[in-house]
Amino acid sequence: MSNDRNTSDTGCHDHIRLSRRRFLQVLAGTAGALVVGIRMADATDVPLPLALLGDHFYNLGAYVRIDADGSVLIGARDPDTGTGVATSLPRIIADELDADWKRVSVVPLGLGVTDNNGQPSWTYGRQVGGSGGSTPAAWNDLRQVGALARWLLLQAAARRLGVPASKLRCNAGTVIAPDGRRLTYGNLAEDASKIALPTNAPPLKTAADYRLIGQPVGDVDARAIVTGLTRYAIDEHYGDALVAVLAHCPWPDGTLAHIDATDTLAVKGVVKVVRLRPEPGQPLGSTAIAPVVAVLAEDTWSALQGRQKLKLEWKPGASGSENSNALEQHAGDLLAGKTDPTTRVRNDGDVDAARKKAARRLDATYFQPWLAHATAEPMNCLVRLEKDHASLVVPTQAPQKAWAVVQRLTGLSPAQIDIRVPRVGGGYGRRLDHDYVAEAVMLAKAVDKPVRLLWTRAQDFGHDYYRAGSVHQLSAIIDRKRQLLGWNQRMASASALAHRNVPDNRLWTSELEADQLPATLVPNYRSDWYALDSAIPRGPMRGMPHISNAFAVESFIDEIAHSMKEDPLFTHLRMLGEPRELPLSAGGTLDTGRLINVLKLVADRIDWKNWLHTVNGLGIACWHVDGAYVAHAIEVAMQGQKLIIQRVVCAVDVGRVINPLGLQGQVAGATLDALSTALNLAITFKDGQIQQHNYKDYPLASMAQLPNDVEVITVSNDAHPPAGASFLAMPTAAPALANAVFRASAVRVRRLPLMKELLRLL
Amino acid sequence: MVPVQAQAVPTSPESSIVPEKVRDGIALEINGEHYQHTGDPQMPLLWYLRDVLRLTGTKYGGEHGENGADLILLDGIAVSAITQPLAKLAGKQVVTVEGLAGNDGSLHPLQQAFIDEDAIGCGYCTPGWLIAAIDLFRRKPHPGDDDIDQLSNLCRCGCQTRVRRAIKRVAGKATQS
Repeated sequence: MSNDRNTSDTGCHDHIRLSRRRFLQVLAGTAGALVVGIRMADATDVPLPLALLGDHFYNLGAYVRIDADGSVLIGARDPDTGTGVATSLPRIIADELDADWKRVSVVPLGLGVTDNNGQPSWTYGRQVGGSGGSTPAAWNDLRQVGALARWLLLQAAARRLGVPASKLRCNAGTVIAPDGRRLTYGNLAEDASKIALPTNAPPLKTAADYRLIGQPVGDVDARAIVTGLTRYAIDEHYGDALVAVLAHCPWPDGTLAHIDATDTLAVKGVVKVVRLRPEPGQPLGSTAIAPVVAVLAEDTWSALQGRQKLKLEWKPGASGSENSNALEQHAGDLLAGKTDPTTRVRNDGDVDAARKKAARRLDATYFQPWLAHATAEPMNCLVRLEKDHASLVVPTQAPQKAWAVVQRLTGLSPAQIDIRVPRVGGGYGRRLDHDYVAEAVMLAKAVDKPVRLLWTRAQDFGHDYYRAGSVHQLSAIIDRKRQLLGWNQRMASASALAHRNVPDNRLWTSELEADQLPATLVPNYRSDWYALDSAIPRGPMRGMPHISNAFAVESFIDEIAHSMKEDPLFTHLRMLGEPRELPLSAGGTLDTGRLINVLKLVADRIDWKNWLHTVNGLGIACWHVDGAYVAHAIEVAMQGQKLIIQRVVCAVDVGRVINPLGLQGQVAGATLDALSTALNLAITFKDGQIQQHNYKDYPLASMAQLPNDVEVITVSNDAHPPAGASFLAMPTAAPALANAVFRASAVRVRRLPLMKELLRLL
Repeated sequence: MVPVQAQAVPTSPESSIVPEKVRDGIALEINGEHYQHTGDPQMPLLWYLRDVLRLTGTKYGGEHGENGADLILLDGIAVSAITQPLAKLAGKQVVTVEGLAGNDGSLHPLQQAFIDEDAIGCGYCTPGWLIAAIDLFRRKPHPGDDDIDQLSNLCRCGCQTRVRRAIKRVAGKATQS
């Protein structure tokens, strides 16, 4: 049996190299299970956690586990914040495996980390949710996991049946011989786990053989969610944990001037009052977190009552003089002046020379407000610290970043930190920062007990890492043939990357894209970014920087069309030109054909040819994001001062579609999120204090304000690998809406939120 | 164990065991189960459900239940659990999202419709939508778009159009039957 893995020193392999750093590996499981996974090169010295092989299913990794009874367990490595990756990623593995989906259970993975001489080795590679990267990354490696498991099962079946593997086929968890004999995967799992690995990774399926990819399927957690049994981090308990609720300093750089906790400590159930004074530079790199007074109690109600009885006086820091109005004024002054930009992001041709040849020039300035994340599940964290171990349940989009915070605060070695990530109640970029994890760990250290930290809704609104507002000054140069000859874009904003150890010449990257429309389509194109400074905390936000820029650019193209008395669809199509692929500065291409296609799809569906003749207003917009393409067409009616969104059509081309049902939900959801944001939402600050404290001040759109339906058209484009779709439908919703409002009301809204500005101008 | 001493008068032995005094408390009925709450009568139902009973399907929505994630049925009517001190709930029936499915695991038609229409984003606010929708059917057995528009739940994932479809799916069946 020289072919057995146990004798692998005789020239057999126990892993397959996928790339320089990634390997496929097979592990024999207990009870005849077959376990296949991906391993990173820097983890090769370290055995995989024993839990993978035992009964602790939640620690499976990007693994397939096939049990003797035929049930298949697949690990979902990326946190699911509502993007559906807990469903779509395991589907990718299951299809390659030819598993019977009805026998598949999906388990969310915790953070996979092992100790490599004191440095962390990430067992599962990339683990980030909600940034649009989960599906493309999974397409690159998770298919291999399924393919290898299937190959091994086929070899086992070949031996058992005495038929060459090439003559066998797989279908829904069964291997079928030419003569009709069948063996189930469960039956073969134990044998398969002893087969030596091939030298090279087994070939992947061809698209014609996909049975699950491209077929609609519901969310794997759906039943648990509708029955209330899904446990989010906020629902997790340790029996002996104290509940911590906080009072944050209103200013991130402020200080505590006075504290009287006498009444708080008299509340039954309150155990302790703790002050946290995080130093700048700790524990979140250079991102400051506000000073905190925490009330720790035996239950949430006691803690909340105790916090209400705290007598605190806070003293503002330098941010205490900041006002959002003044900051916007300053941005306007900067753009009006002759100051050189902080960064010249792109400079094609010669805009100044083009200006001299202009037949027509158009200028407009657009404004976007500051925004908050407003996740449904507020920030929270459950932590237990022991001398040589930390266990956490964290609602995070980036468990590896959470790990770094815990490691810095505890000094524990990599594998001593255990982070579990259940389904997350919304992320939108908020959970890429881990101030709340730092607070929970510091409190657990201070009281020497497990801590269950809960932020209130008001704290969520008041202590966010906000999306900064921005001012966009656009200028178009048009020649006699109505072609766009030049484009000059100047943008001022406070970078999301400032105060985060990012070099000055990279701060623009969170604010705009060098390749955004209409770059590469206009011979003379210039894009300048002006930095604003602010001590109000800022961070990643779903869809940035596309959303703010698409609103400005796609509104402006509509204005250009109007100034030339043209159909904006026609103006768009002339700008895009012939279907072709244009190279982008960040790599990849802009495929104008795919962009034209989604534009035409929404135009046809909404009956665009009547755009001038309908009493309602029609608006259209398109955009491209990392190899994916999107267009919106929106129809609105004005009834006096009331805006009614009558129809919304969205077409997307994300290349190959893994789960059409999930994609439709994601596109409809992102559209509604973008409309809700554009209609009503703004964060403002006065004397450094955020003015919005709850949903009344930050009114997410209600059912009645939103359209009754979003008609989603998904282009089936199997020639291209799957691109991310999590926020793809956001950038074009607001400009299509504003363009429709213009046709319906003759009011051009250049400032968001739209309703406030529309009512001011009507 | 203290042995009970035999008494001198055999006819009516007086026990030395003093029965526990009936404790003051609030009799609660939640998902058909009976509980006696002897703690702070002002504790909001939300924290009792989540901290004491560990029924965590009802979510924290905000200090005043603003986004509807903490809706429960109180005698059949949807109310925010954080606004209901336990003292008010004696003798009333509370049903949470965990109480919607039958004991045999059969789903409520709205639960099934939410699954069928994929009316779920992150899922955090879903229990609140379900309770609100059940309350809507109580008031309007055949809800139309205008009735659905009255729901005040909030959702940033944008599940509203799919929730609308789920409600209409059940309303359509109700109309047929």
